[in-house]
Amino acid sequence: MKAKKIFTYAFVALMCLALVVGCSPKAPAPDATKAADVIKIGGNFELTGGVAEFGKKGEMGAKLAIKEANAKGGILGKKIEYVGADNKSEASESTLATTKLVTQDKVVGIIGPMTSTNTLAAVQVLNDNKVPLITPTGTNATVTVKADGTLNKWMFRACFIDPFQGEVAANFAIDQLKSTKASIIIDQKSDYAKGLAASFKETFEKAGKQVISTEQYVAGQDKDFRSILTNIKAKNPDVIFVPGYYGEVGLIVKQARDLGMKMAMLGGDGWGDDKLLDIAGKDSLNNTFYVDHVASDDPALAAFAASFKAEYNQDINSFAVLGYDAAKMMIAAIEKAGSTDTAKIQAALETMSGFKGVSGESTIDPKTHNPKKSASIIKFVDGKKVFAARVNPK
Amino acid sequence: MKLFNLKNALILAALIAVYAIVQMTAVAGTLSPFYLMTLVLVCVYIILSVSLNLITGYTGQLAIGHAGFMSIGAYASAFIVVKMQGSLISGLLFGALIAAIAGIIIGVPTLRLRGDYLAIATLGMGEIVRIILLNTDYLGGATGFSVPKSVDWTWAFWIMVVSVVIIRNFINSSHGRACISVRENEIAAEAMGINTTKYKVMAFTIGAMFAGLAGGLYANYMYIIQPMSFSFLKSFDILAMVVLGGLGSITGSIIGAGLMTILSAYLANFPEMRMVIIAVLLILLMIFRPNGIMGNKEFKLNFLISKKER
Repeated sequence: MKAKKIFTYAFVALMCLALVVGCSPKAPAPDATKAADVIKIGGNFELTGGVAEFGKKGEMGAKLAIKEANAKGGILGKKIEYVGADNKSEASESTLATTKLVTQDKVVGIIGPMTSTNTLAAVQVLNDNKVPLITPTGTNATVTVKADGTLNKWMFRACFIDPFQGEVAANFAIDQLKSTKASIIIDQKSDYAKGLAASFKETFEKAGKQVISTEQYVAGQDKDFRSILTNIKAKNPDVIFVPGYYGEVGLIVKQARDLGMKMAMLGGDGWGDDKLLDIAGKDSLNNTFYVDHVASDDPALAAFAASFKAEYNQDINSFAVLGYDAAKMMIAAIEKAGSTDTAKIQAALETMSGFKGVSGESTIDPKTHNPKKSASIIKFVDGKKVFAARVNPK
Repeated sequence: MKLFNLKNALILAALIAVYAIVQMTAVAGTLSPFYLMTLVLVCVYIILSVSLNLITGYTGQLAIGHAGFMSIGAYASAFIVVKMQGSLISGLLFGALIAAIAGIIIGVPTLRLRGDYLAIATLGMGEIVRIILLNTDYLGGATGFSVPKSVDWTWAFWIMVVSVVIIRNFINSSHGRACISVRENEIAAEAMGINTTKYKVMAFTIGAMFAGLAGGLYANYMYIIQPMSFSFLKSFDILAMVVLGGLGSITGSIIGAGLMTILSAYLANFPEMRMVIIAVLLILLMIFRPNGIMGNKEFKLNFLISKKER
């Protein structure tokens, strides 16, 4: 009994001690000298929790980019040190992780997080502390531009935002499919679909081509699209743009083929789920294409895929590629700024143009901080996803 | 028992000292913002674990929907502050009120259930709240709801102190003793003329109200809230704090909340080891101290004061 009591008091005392020690500030002197010979880049990734698979791949990509830069002698004559933090796939933990990286570790820039919500959670901390961040795959428009139209000065991204896919799809339809008449089928309740459709239409019509009809459906309710498709069939377009998610898209493609409509069908990354194949069937999916950030069988990625495999013995996916590119972009910006001053790095990122990453060339738009960059078109061939083309921005 | 006896004066002095040390070092810049953030989170989790302890530890009702009440409070207060341009205090009070109402609505039917059934019903309640929030685009949906940061250490610390004092006084009142009797033996309590359902609902509602208050603090401190942050895992986190500290001990809950939150912050650098270390800690505790760190005892300052003064 007495031993237990002592154990309790010892435990409590230990905890109080931990609290005191933990809260005492780090001695500033060694930090200052250490900061002189390394440049610290932080990584705020989803290493545990619901979307840990995204974060782990992203972090692997970012670490590989930093390792390669160090192997070449680092930047500005210094080695780069990677400081990781886990946001547990949760917004509040992302705020904490960002605060830790910025105030504790004094990083000059942050790579990550992979999801928009976790990235949004970091905005305020970075504005307060004036440190730039590049999210590899946070596609929500409000990450860089607030809902009221003001720019989040310190936020950047390595991926294009959703509506840009419409532009890519339109360019692909014009240049590769030689289409002149297009129809669009959109989910009337989805902002994603509306955004893609609007930018598709704008690009397509700007090139002197015609969007001859726009049909609408409600995702989750409509299962029979034959009446929409019969309308479209009567007008006979040579391409149909369907910027929806795989559930409805699968049914639309299947029913269109059943009605004898053989024209090309195009979509966005909402198609990129294997269930699409189960719903539509492999024969219906021939002559369909969709836009994605990265195609892992893209020949331009072969070298990266090999070095990734050598380092981690794992295959690449779009998260790894964009994590790698985000880190490379940060390194390029530090080099271009010629300094570790965060304001100069921010300016270098804002004016970044023609940056060559493995996912393609990208140019940051200073007004929105969204890159204009290459996208991949993926084609279905007998139920297999095959890289079809890389479309560069115009 | 006078209100202003030596013991209360000592406790007040200790509280002011803790508050002042943190506040001064934070203003002077020697306390890093990351640790300050952790300390504010400790305050939020203390409110949550003490209020859950009232339901689970003192009244003996195993409820695992605390994150649900927390999210109700968080979203209600964010709604007032952001959408209605209300003040922080009105937001916090509104959040607590809505959570209390939700506590009554859910408590009246489910507290007639016992043991496992209550746990499952409250677990389901928490998930329902989360799914509703996930599909409410007006409140941000899955992307989350951005809230300006208006809570600081002063708010968090003193609201925590007031919450703990209120819950402690409730437990030491005749209502509180009725709640404890429900825990000890429901049939015997009923035979003694205690309206067990009434006291269970009362404890449940008070617990829910403080969870809502903590949710409000959390929402107004963390810049962004999203339904994912309030999943059942959060409920289990809070329950783990209560069990770690000791069911039926307020100081235990405070120690549990502080220990878990600070440990989690320390281990941020070793994400792959964090879950392992916390799990090992809990297993060790269950082996060596199955009743939690404090059991159902309280940490008291009595040893500082002579017997006469008590």
